[in-house]
Amino acid sequence: MILPRDFSIYMTTDIITVNNLTKKFNGFTAVNNISFTVKKKEVFAFLGPNGAGKTTTIQMLITLLKPTRGEAFIDSFSINHNPEEIRHVIGYVPQMVSVDGTLTAYENLMLMAKLYDIPSKERDKRINEVLEFLELEELSKALVRKFSGGMIRKLEIGQAILHRPPVLFLDEPTSGLDPVARRHIWKHLFELRDTSETTIFFTTHYMEEAEEECDRIAIMHSGNIAAIGTVPELKQKTKSPHATLEDAFIFFTGANLQEGGNLRDVKRARATERRRH
Amino acid sequence: MAEVEVRKLLHDPTELITRAVQPILWLGIFGEALSKVKAIPTNGYTYLQFITPGILTQSVTFIAIFYGLSIIWERDMGILQKLLVTPTPRLALVWGKMISAGIRGLTQAVIVFIFAFILQIHLILTLPTMTGVVLIIMLGAGFFSGLSMIIASIVKTRERFMGIGQVITLPLFFASNAIYPITIMPPWLQFVARINPLSYMVEGLRALLVTGNTSQLPFDVIILLVVTFIISFISAYMYPKVVV
Repeated sequence: MILPRDFSIYMTTDIITVNNLTKKFNGFTAVNNISFTVKKKEVFAFLGPNGAGKTTTIQMLITLLKPTRGEAFIDSFSINHNPEEIRHVIGYVPQMVSVDGTLTAYENLMLMAKLYDIPSKERDKRINEVLEFLELEELSKALVRKFSGGMIRKLEIGQAILHRPPVLFLDEPTSGLDPVARRHIWKHLFELRDTSETTIFFTTHYMEEAEEECDRIAIMHSGNIAAIGTVPELKQKTKSPHATLEDAFIFFTGANLQEGGNLRDVKRARATERRRH
Repeated sequence: MAEVEVRKLLHDPTELITRAVQPILWLGIFGEALSKVKAIPTNGYTYLQFITPGILTQSVTFIAIFYGLSIIWERDMGILQKLLVTPTPRLALVWGKMISAGIRGLTQAVIVFIFAFILQIHLILTLPTMTGVVLIIMLGAGFFSGLSMIIASIVKTRERFMGIGQVITLPLFFASNAIYPITIMPPWLQFVARINPLSYMVEGLRALLVTGNTSQLPFDVIILLVVTFIISFISAYMYPKVVV
């Protein structure tokens, strides 16, 4: 299906459209025929346990992985047919620590600035802008090896927004961070959304984070989207007056947030947590 | 990308020193020992002169092959994912890595030359030959780092890579004209040596540094250029496979 690029409905409302996206690995279905949309400037969460397929979905949307079937459009670009254009309009913060500890904060940002083709005259200005926005200016020349988990996360977000992408993808942005650092990160993310009109798509397995920070949630379990909507909507559907998000989760998936995932998922989750400390 | 590597080395040069040990051992111990034996015909040059280009090639190759491992480290670190999500084409990322491998190789060259000077091994060190040496080292390092990136994309884990890396490096070295001329090899080994890019590197370096006989040089360089070029395309194609 070929959509004209300036199809106005897509430009004004939905910035991410996913149709029947599926990913199979050797007979194992990681993502099973999911479809959803995300509106511009929305803060959208993918909630689910490890192994639910959240990371695989994000990897397909950011063009790192090719889907087995299905299609998705980001800012009207197709992941199957226009991956290069998509890479210009998205920013990505991976779950695992992705900064180079042997370089300084400034150098880490400079690397990304160059890889994103930011013109050389602009680079220094943008880097300093980003450092200021994330309150990291004093650490500009410090080796990242010495940073705390929260600072690393902020730097990674900085690297992802240098080129001012309309959509920012974050995979488990605050896992392993203490509540203060978590608050701090979200303060910056909301500021980003409000000042630069950035759409924020993130995955998490923390109930509180999903509940407090986002506009809409998709609950994901074993490769399927079990439910999608705003937090009040989801709670309402459980038809229980004092339902929490956790109750809603159990209601829709019949499962507990703790279980799930194979050894690799658990290893990855633990590695992320360990590095943060 | 190459710039990043240089900065990294500047921040922490200890790695350069640890890597220097091997060629020093080869030249100093093996080279000295075998030169007394005089069992290997080296056409009027001393054995040490003969093997210096070979040792240099070996250390550059060794570094380049284990440099490919870095893309697995990066995968473990999420950095690889970030790199692949930028608009920068995969081929550019690969070339960047090849150039960095080349730069590391060049530092080895400096160390080997210093050591050769200490051992009083006579080499032709002029501006033209140095230019040639730089070119050959960059191409050779490029080829072998590309090769190891391909291997890394296939095996995906550090442990498996280490095993394969070891299995490849030493046979490549012995099945080449690095420490003995092709003429003394049995025919089957000669065949292997002729399709081994390492031999072309050694031949080129030897021509520049020792014999001054540059008749084969353009041929050697072209071969290295072509294989490195081809392998960079394959490497770029395989790069994203490391992610999963």
